Amino acid sequence: MSNDPIIRIKDLHKSFGPVEVLKGIDMDVAPGQIVALIGPSGSGKSTLLRTINQLEDVTSGEIFFDGALVNRDLPHRQREKHLNRLRQDIGMVFQHFNLFPHLTAIENVTMAPVLLGRQTKTQALAEARALLEKVGLSDRADYYPSRLSGGQKQRVAIARALAMNPKAMLFDEVTSALDPELVGEVNKVMKQLAQEHMTMIIVTHELRFASDVADHVVFMADGVVVEEGPPDALFRAPQHERTKAFLQQVFEG
Amino acid sequence: MGLDFSILAGYEGVLVQGAIWTVGLTVASIVLSLVIGTLMAVFRLSGMRIVRWPVSFVIWLFMGTPLLLQLYLIYFGLVQIGLDLNAFTAGVIALSLHFAVYDADIIRAGIVAVDKGQYEAARSLGLSHAQAMRKSIVPQALYNVAPALGNMMIALLKESSLVSVIGVMELTLSAQRAISDTFRPFEFYLAAAVIYYVLNLVLEQAVKAVERRSAKYR
Amino acid sequence: MDFALIAKVWTFFAAAAWVTLQISALAICLGLCLGFAAALASISRNVLLRFPARVYVSIFRGTPALIQLFLLYYGGPQIGLQLGPFEAGVIGLGINIGAYMTESIRGAILAVEKGQMEAARCLGLGHVQSMRNVILPQALRLMVRPLGVNAVALIKGSAIVSTISVVELTYTAHRYISSTYKPFEMFILASLFYLVIVSVVSFAVNRIDERVALES
Repeated sequence: MSNDPIIRIKDLHKSFGPVEVLKGIDMDVAPGQIVALIGPSGSGKSTLLRTINQLEDVTSGEIFFDGALVNRDLPHRQREKHLNRLRQDIGMVFQHFNLFPHLTAIENVTMAPVLLGRQTKTQALAEARALLEKVGLSDRADYYPSRLSGGQKQRVAIARALAMNPKAMLFDEVTSALDPELVGEVNKVMKQLAQEHMTMIIVTHELRFASDVADHVVFMADGVVVEEGPPDALFRAPQHERTKAFLQQVFEG
Repeated sequence: MGLDFSILAGYEGVLVQGAIWTVGLTVASIVLSLVIGTLMAVFRLSGMRIVRWPVSFVIWLFMGTPLLLQLYLIYFGLVQIGLDLNAFTAGVIALSLHFAVYDADIIRAGIVAVDKGQYEAARSLGLSHAQAMRKSIVPQALYNVAPALGNMMIALLKESSLVSVIGVMELTLSAQRAISDTFRPFEFYLAAAVIYYVLNLVLEQAVKAVERRSAKYR
Repeated sequence: MDFALIAKVWTFFAAAAWVTLQISALAICLGLCLGFAAALASISRNVLLRFPARVYVSIFRGTPALIQLFLLYYGGPQIGLQLGPFEAGVIGLGINIGAYMTESIRGAILAVEKGQMEAARCLGLGHVQSMRNVILPQALRLMVRPLGVNAVALIKGSAIVSTISVVELTYTAHRYISSTYKPFEMFILASLFYLVIVSVVSFAVNRIDERVALES
């Protein structure tokens, strides 16, 4: 196993119209590493996450995934093909779950692997059952999303992403839309993934969870990385005023 | 027989005259339909069954039947009861009634949607039920449903072409007259279509402008 | 009310109602085909698809259906298009309602949450696969009601084909009004048939909508 970073971001810039939201980001993520992205809202952390699988295109800079340049300049059709292939290896979980409401929990999980020819229907069903069991939802396999709680939906969404057997997982504020009592069950699943050495980038507001699960924390503000390091160092002894102010605000507020 | 648009040359006057009548017909029917529609909406919400039920029945009947059929009923029916109105008046009445029914439905929904507190506030200021409706509730409701009413007006312009069948000399019938002279249906119907399209664009812009203004007061 | 007259002529109205039903059903089918094609074209990235779709909707919603029908039926022969009244009626009504259906279908597709497309694409599905398996199944459920409104409007609007002498309900009512001078009786009789057809269609649309609606 090489120690080359699986995700490498170089001098990334991104503007929405006249507003520059990412102002030159550099970041490396090693295989098996768990990175927490923290920072005030509007700092650009969600946008950064979404550029990695090109839900947002970038203005300039480079993103590499598993050695391949993600934001290759290609004609539309080839670019789509290239991205479809890459995205199969990058799982993503959203704040608002985005489960497919017309499909049951297990159909949500099996759809992509079957459509993309990764697995036969039978294989996919067996795999999906195992995944739903892993996230603690074997008894909800045939429920439609409307019958599931927020925490259950999010766990199905994680199982859905895992069904593609991704090389890395991106989590975009996945517990922000949940009632407080449902946060724990989702965090537990993520911790379990961390123990299995899944490569993860987690955008989160929950600093305690970040310090528990991450082995590297990146603090962003105003489109730049202000400070990064192991959670102990960053949370106990922040070097920058911005970081100190943010941590103080969050822990007191 | 090919197409020859130079044939239109002698008939600009006829078409323009027809377009003017279409505009007049449309404007008169829009105004009248809004008045009747508002009254119907208020009656339909009224506590008095004697007015609520007949109005609800007429609304149901007219919503389920074609304008063209209603047009024949009104044109021939009025003659039957001894009212020999000219075709234009009959056309305006038919178009107004037809669209009033839809307007009434829209306005009624708008009135119901106005906050109950508004009505109570008006009553607590000493206004009677009728005054509260007239001064406070109905105007607010009309503002709220302006976009939906605007769509009705745009539909009315196009549907006004139907009154050509009872002999109103509007745009469609004017085109037909020119065609019976020249035997050139394609050219003249296409010319009429272009004029309708332009009138429709103008009306759409007007409706949008009103919507923007009404949105400001919300 | 002249009930004896109604009793005498109602079978003619029933036969005419059958024609109204046929012409409406065929026009609705044509409209749905055109509507789906134009709606998909109008949200395409390709301007060569998008532009004609927008033009189609704009022209056929911007001019009276009656003029479109006359242009097709009376003007058609001038450009080599000879159609009988029934065929012209189906095609004219179908193309017209198709423009309105395009907007209903397009609206339903655009009403599906943006996150659904993102989630599908993140799993590695292509645009077409995502459309077919994620967006359209949801949009189909959302478009039942607006398309039902279009269908009911078409059934009533089909009365205009009486002007090109298709012997349907309104044509029959008009003919009996002119020959019997009983406008109210004839109106009520024709209305009954329209109301039955429209009520049945509305009821069916509501049932379908309830059946397929997604809980939120």
